[in-house]
Amino acid sequence: MAKKTAYLGMLIALAFVFSYIESLLPIHFGVPGIKLGLANLVVIVALYAMDIKTACVLSLVRIVLVGFTFGNPANMIYSLAGAILSLLIMILAKRCKAFSVTGVSVLGGVFHNLGQIAVAAVVAETASLFYYLPMLVVAGTLAGIVIGVLASLLIQRLTKAMP
Amino acid sequence: MKKNDIILIGILLALSLAAFGGAALYAKLGTRQPQAVVYLKGKEKGRYPLSENITLEIRQEDGGYNILKIEGGKADITEASCPDKVCVRQRPAGGRGESLVCLPNQLTVEIENGGEDGLDGSTN
Repeated sequence: MAKKTAYLGMLIALAFVFSYIESLLPIHFGVPGIKLGLANLVVIVALYAMDIKTACVLSLVRIVLVGFTFGNPANMIYSLAGAILSLLIMILAKRCKAFSVTGVSVLGGVFHNLGQIAVAAVVAETASLFYYLPMLVVAGTLAGIVIGVLASLLIQRLTKAMP
Repeated sequence: MKKNDIILIGILLALSLAAFGGAALYAKLGTRQPQAVVYLKGKEKGRYPLSENITLEIRQEDGGYNILKIEGGKADITEASCPDKVCVRQRPAGGRGESLVCLPNQLTVEIENGGEDGLDGSTN
């Protein structure tokens, strides 16, 4: 138990730092919402090397931490919507065993963007945001591939060390 | 990677490409006398033809603002009070269906056709 708690703390710290690093990278594609999602790397590793509960706690605690520090509390609702939908899909995709880590990560990336855009459309009371959906699906897929390949490398090495 | 992963990636990319192509075609073929339509909290606040260059300030009740600039047939948000500036970094919009969005200020600018929408001409 103590070991698991220590790992959870470490993973939260890692996800937090990844979010910070990503906020420093001045990459903008002219389309709102496109990013690599480095923090999702930690969530996927937790999902595979530890368990569902750890991955959920890690993801939610990270969003709240980021929202109240260098992030923007007003944007927390979008991050939460994206993260919850993404987690649900990744848990289901992992359960059905049809996909490897990369496929799970791709689905996570795409549904993260879907969740965000759906909440944003409700808040702004406009459907015009769905114009960006194809670009966000491509971005989610590509980011998901990168994160998925990295995660599978990490999981291979970490499952032996993790509780 | 499993075979299913590749299939999933292929399907996602193909679908988005098709949708993207469709949207681009819709904007290219269907844009006539485009106007920038400003919405605040889902309510229409004004229409501005893209053929006239103007700069206007859209003020919120709570003091927030966005500066909308129409130039060269495209609408762009050049300045905003919101903290994330996502709207400022968005590419200028000029084709029908495109939009600019500032979520913190609940502002959207949509490009819609002006004039007699849907009529190419009529005779009496």
